[in-house]
Amino acid sequence: MNTHDNGAKNTLLTPGNVITAIILLVGLFITVLRFTKGIGSVTALDDNNPWGIWISFDLLCGVVLAAGGYTTTSAYYLFGLKHFRSAVRPAITSAFLGYAFVVFALHYDVGQPWRLVYPIFVSQGTTSILFEVGLCVFLYVTVLAIEFSPAVWEWLGIKKLRSLVLPLTIPLTILGVILSTMHQSSLGALYLIAPSKMHPLWYSSFIPVFFFISSMFAGMSMVIFEGILAHKGLHGKMDALHLKQADGVVLAFGKASAFVMMGYLFIRFYGVAMDNNFKYLFTGYGLWFLVETIGFVALPAFLYAMGARERNVSLMKIAAVITVLGVVLNRFNVSQVAFNYQLDASERYFPHWMEIGVSVFVVTLIITAYRFICTKMPVMYEHPEYKDAH
Amino acid sequence: MQRRKFLTLMSAAGLGAALSPASANAAATTSFNGHPEAVGVLHDSVRCIGCRKCEEGCFKVNGQDLPAFKNDPSAQRPDFADLEVLNKKRRTNCNTYTVVNRYQTEKGPVYRKLQCNHCQEPACASACFVKAFVKTPEGPVVYKPELCVGCRYCMVACPFYVPTYDYGSAWNPLVYKCTMCAPRIAKGQLPGCVEACPKEALVFGKRTDLINIARERIQKNPELYDAKVFGESEMGGTNWLYLSPVQHTELAQPELGKTSAPELTSGALGAVAMVAGIWPVLLGGAYAINKRRTKMAQEEAKEAVTTAVATTREEAEAKLQKALAKAEKDKDAAVAREVKKAREEAIQETEAKFAPPQAPDGESTPEDASGKEGDA
Amino acid sequence: MDTVFYSYHDFMLATKTITYVLMGLGLFGLLGFWLFLTGRDEPIRKY
Repeated sequence: MNTHDNGAKNTLLTPGNVITAIILLVGLFITVLRFTKGIGSVTALDDNNPWGIWISFDLLCGVVLAAGGYTTTSAYYLFGLKHFRSAVRPAITSAFLGYAFVVFALHYDVGQPWRLVYPIFVSQGTTSILFEVGLCVFLYVTVLAIEFSPAVWEWLGIKKLRSLVLPLTIPLTILGVILSTMHQSSLGALYLIAPSKMHPLWYSSFIPVFFFISSMFAGMSMVIFEGILAHKGLHGKMDALHLKQADGVVLAFGKASAFVMMGYLFIRFYGVAMDNNFKYLFTGYGLWFLVETIGFVALPAFLYAMGARERNVSLMKIAAVITVLGVVLNRFNVSQVAFNYQLDASERYFPHWMEIGVSVFVVTLIITAYRFICTKMPVMYEHPEYKDAH
Repeated sequence: MQRRKFLTLMSAAGLGAALSPASANAAATTSFNGHPEAVGVLHDSVRCIGCRKCEEGCFKVNGQDLPAFKNDPSAQRPDFADLEVLNKKRRTNCNTYTVVNRYQTEKGPVYRKLQCNHCQEPACASACFVKAFVKTPEGPVVYKPELCVGCRYCMVACPFYVPTYDYGSAWNPLVYKCTMCAPRIAKGQLPGCVEACPKEALVFGKRTDLINIARERIQKNPELYDAKVFGESEMGGTNWLYLSPVQHTELAQPELGKTSAPELTSGALGAVAMVAGIWPVLLGGAYAINKRRTKMAQEEAKEAVTTAVATTREEAEAKLQKALAKAEKDKDAAVAREVKKAREEAIQETEAKFAPPQAPDGESTPEDASGKEGDA
Repeated sequence: MDTVFYSYHDFMLATKTITYVLMGLGLFGLLGFWLFLTGRDEPIRKY
């Protein structure tokens, strides 16, 4: 063997790459199984539990954790907060990938994925909240693709297309916030139709508002969280402006998150009060409700506040991780813990390992795509040619 | 159907909104009571003996369309004479449109039939984003398999756990549920289960008549019946109605409330339109305000510099005049030259003092550029 | 033209379809009106 080969082997056979390869292989195996033997062969879904973690995690969490796109672009372009400049592109990139892979993952979950465009182009069931979600996600993926595209045009050096897209920035940002408001809230509104199947502590006529408000701090905390990961893996790709602004972004978004989270905490309890559900707080479900709201909303909000007062960026990063986990917990509580709470334990759903396998597969694909884009395209840094014209 | 489609299209063209104020009010001032001619079935648990003949009758009509038997005529058909299954709690699935369950009560075993209740305001139809469920004026809620995407939101939405899914099919998985034998009804025949019932525990007829029959039975034998007709108002009312010797909750028919599925979601759907209308105004406003403030701040800074320079210039001029007068008096040209020099120095000094705020380049170049980019 | 709706679902289907179409038109309309409204504003100085 010559040394050249060994060198190539050494760079490819890192533990990270090996794990990635294994996940991708397992994912492909499950994919083949899913599309040749049907949904039943790879999931634990049944007639009582039609929605599993492909909805709870891939759709509900996927969409809410991609909310960083609309929070960051509106902070920078609409509210004129200039110190978010370097955060805009990474946020748009991860939002675009997040939504693109939500749509990708839906192809596993729906029975006839080749008909996914039917609600928009063939038969519009406008009374359905899911129609609203589908329409908005479809439009928002398009908006994000356009917002993201300048990075591609700069990478490929196609100046004409780039200058074609830039004038659309403000209208697209506004449209993005409108669409986000609609579908973030509508994901919660999906459950409005089934009051008899939902535990009262998580069912409220205000659940769309809860989902929308939580998407704000989920998006902001996710920007901070992705920043932590990016500084680990992609530090070399960041330019001076990005590095200079990084801590400022954490401080500003952490502070904003903390305040929004406090408002959210209150409206969650107002919801309990308005439906006269206080009695449930003293049950097992009530305890779990308090774990979610106090442990994963109030606590990180206080950590954020302490971090903001003491200019302690690392404390705020810890708060961001807890906040993200808390939002994931909330989405699982609504869609799995509270849903069908009245059924016997034997009739409840627990995911098949292959369902988890697909979700891990999708997350791996997102990370791989993100790394590829950030390595090749001007996301974490500004393209030298367009720096002044930008 | 065609007529409704046409009307919807006309409405979509804006005509409906302009021409029919009456129906625009309808949501607030009228109640919707279902089609007056719609049919349904009344199940009387007092009469039901749990013989499973209705299950068999259903299978005779629908068996050949069910996934397990569709492509496999040799498939083992279920044994409907086996009454052991009544010991277990069963539900419908993609190979069974209807089941009878036994419930132990203080009045002895009571049987209750499960199948689609064919709601007057079907949650499945309200939830379906491709209109694959249609409430027909005749009464049945029918499913259009050619539209179904397989999102299974109907199964989430249905308060009765009725729609079922064929998870085993890779290429054509569909939702399966009781059709009330709509094709048979159209031909003037009875639904399969009703025809098979040996005890007249199932009565087929117009829903409005069925409610009268149910009330009459309760009135005649109040000791036999619970006073409630389940299905009369549940989730907006169903076309299947139930009489029971005990409280319906004992037969796993929960309290569902009167609010129908479209009423549960109409508020959220209405909010969508409000967001689409008002968010552009608020966000566009926020953008315009911020742009304006940035511009004002820039102009203010510039004006401050201009004023300062002008004031200095005036003061220097006055000083010069004074000095010139004095010089003329003294007729000393040398002094005049000195003064002129002092004046220039003063101007230069002031200009130098106000120079920095005039060009805050370091921070603002990218910011201004971004404003430009958004504005262009 | 007065359509008779026997169910709230049918009513919602008709009205929501109209509303969605109007929402689309409204978004474009607002954009157009914004451009009309600000059409004669001083152009932002390009420093």
